[in-house]
Amino acid sequence: MLAIVGVAVAAAMLLDMVMLATGMRQSFRELLLTRGFQIRLAPKGTLPFDTDATIPDVASVTATLRQNPDIGEISPVLGGSIHIPIGDRDVSASVLGIDPSVQGDYELLSGRDLRAGDDVVVNDRLLAALGKRIGDTISVATGYDPQTRSYSAQRNFTITGTVRFLYGAADQSSAAMRRETLKQLNASSPTRAGDRASLFMIRVRQGGDVENARRWIESRIPIVSALSIATAIAQVDQRLAYFRQLAVILGTVSLFVGFLLVTTLVTVSVNERSGEISVMRAIGVSRTHIVEQVVLEGVVISLIGAAVGLAIGLVTARYLNSILSAFPGLPMAIDFFLFQPIAAWSALGLLTFSGIVAGIYPAYRAASLPIAETLRREAIA
Amino acid sequence: MSDGPIVSVKDVRRDYRLGAERVHALQGVSIDVARGDYVAIVGPSGCGKSTLLNLIGVIDHPTSGTVTIDGRSVEGMSDRESTRFRLHNIGFVFQRFYLLPILSAAENVALPMAEAGVSKDERASRARELLKYVGLERRIEHRPSEMSGGEQQRVAIARALANQPKLLLADEPTGELDARTGEEIIALFRRLNDDGTTLIVVTHDEDLASAARRKIHMRDGRVVDG
Repeated sequence: MLAIVGVAVAAAMLLDMVMLATGMRQSFRELLLTRGFQIRLAPKGTLPFDTDATIPDVASVTATLRQNPDIGEISPVLGGSIHIPIGDRDVSASVLGIDPSVQGDYELLSGRDLRAGDDVVVNDRLLAALGKRIGDTISVATGYDPQTRSYSAQRNFTITGTVRFLYGAADQSSAAMRRETLKQLNASSPTRAGDRASLFMIRVRQGGDVENARRWIESRIPIVSALSIATAIAQVDQRLAYFRQLAVILGTVSLFVGFLLVTTLVTVSVNERSGEISVMRAIGVSRTHIVEQVVLEGVVISLIGAAVGLAIGLVTARYLNSILSAFPGLPMAIDFFLFQPIAAWSALGLLTFSGIVAGIYPAYRAASLPIAETLRREAIA
Repeated sequence: MSDGPIVSVKDVRRDYRLGAERVHALQGVSIDVARGDYVAIVGPSGCGKSTLLNLIGVIDHPTSGTVTIDGRSVEGMSDRESTRFRLHNIGFVFQRFYLLPILSAAENVALPMAEAGVSKDERASRARELLKYVGLERRIEHRPSEMSGGEQQRVAIARALANQPKLLLADEPTGELDARTGEEIIALFRRLNDDGTTLIVVTHDEDLASAARRKIHMRDGRVVDG
């Protein structure tokens, strides 16, 4: 029983590692495709929102993009930070300047979306930090100068709704307003003034070739890096290689531990039943059938372990996911341990295979038992 | 089928290693057993009785000499051949019953038949008949753990008879049974022999040996009488 639990723990670990190795990638892919934008443009050499760098002259970039018939919607996004004085304290938050008709950054949870220039939507965390409600007015400032302890711009906004930012981190207070409004707030900033965007999100028309469009953009607009879902995933893969390596190493160790446990378990079982096996051979059961039965025993132990391990693995994956998803700066929607049937099947396949291999040595021992000698030993014992 | 003895052992020697020592378990044993005979091999522990039975049962090979069963020399048989030969020609009963604990009485009896390729229906029918023959018609679906030692040994005897062997070999079949249960097994063996089965029994049990038609006495790896 304890050995089966051991196999189950190894199976759970293996499942978790398979989920970790494949889940983040899949989760990130699903996140990027949530709103159907297949291409993202970031300042040359950067990833979206990786730095404070911006793409200048949004109108000109947009006009160039419009020349490609495959390109459908274009959503420029300007990022920044805002400060909201509340009494004697100051609440900081990140802000996105967007066009509400084509935005792909948030989902409205309550209230209404942005309409007027002085509308702002916030996430629940910011709303709680402000102690405000939908319909309340807040004063939003930008361009904080620590030397003079003053802001370069300040303006009143009405909170019109609460939203969930798709790419926002769990610990992040965020708001969104119209990009034109944020542009005005940044007007006196030496680095952020002008018609700028931190990111363009682009939807390719149905039937259009995403990779062709991406290459076209990079050739026509040299100041941007164009990332398709595939290239973004490749970039993320590169950055998350550590996690995958860890998952592969721990998964391999789990598989090996499971393999050793099953081998030990079946070998002990064969040793305990050597008399029984010898009698089976004596009454005419072939070596092949003995091998089949012992290997089957290994597979059955592996499968029972896998079934129990699946349940343990899912529970531990959920727990670990809740810890890792709360990691500062990571999008809330990213799952580290994403359950996919393919992960479960892969783990099951690996365990079944290891169960077969684990049974080979004890099966060989069982089939090679000298019948007469074993029975003589058993009689003496 | 050969007309001669069903078992013919000629000048058989069997040596094996026990640690650094070489043990001469059999030192030139020759016996014949006629068809339909009931032979008890008796003698003190370590005299070579079980070794001789193993050679007759083709689960061991002689160091020298010849063993012929039903006219066929077992010399040079491959493992596959000797396994098939045992399956169809020889039934075994051991001191310990060695039934498969997860199988019912009927399934244990049907096991050699399954190995011989007997159809499922026939296996079930023959297993029922055999269990009835050994007096266990009410224990067909019971598992070994639900049966007494005597009942388990009777299942083992039914299993040994599954493929209608020409020869039934038993090594201390009453060794783990109390006197009363032992008597039941002795009676069952006598009935089996009366019904035509050739029996060779290795035993220390005087009652079981006395039930046989013929006794072979062994000492120090040799036949001294019989």
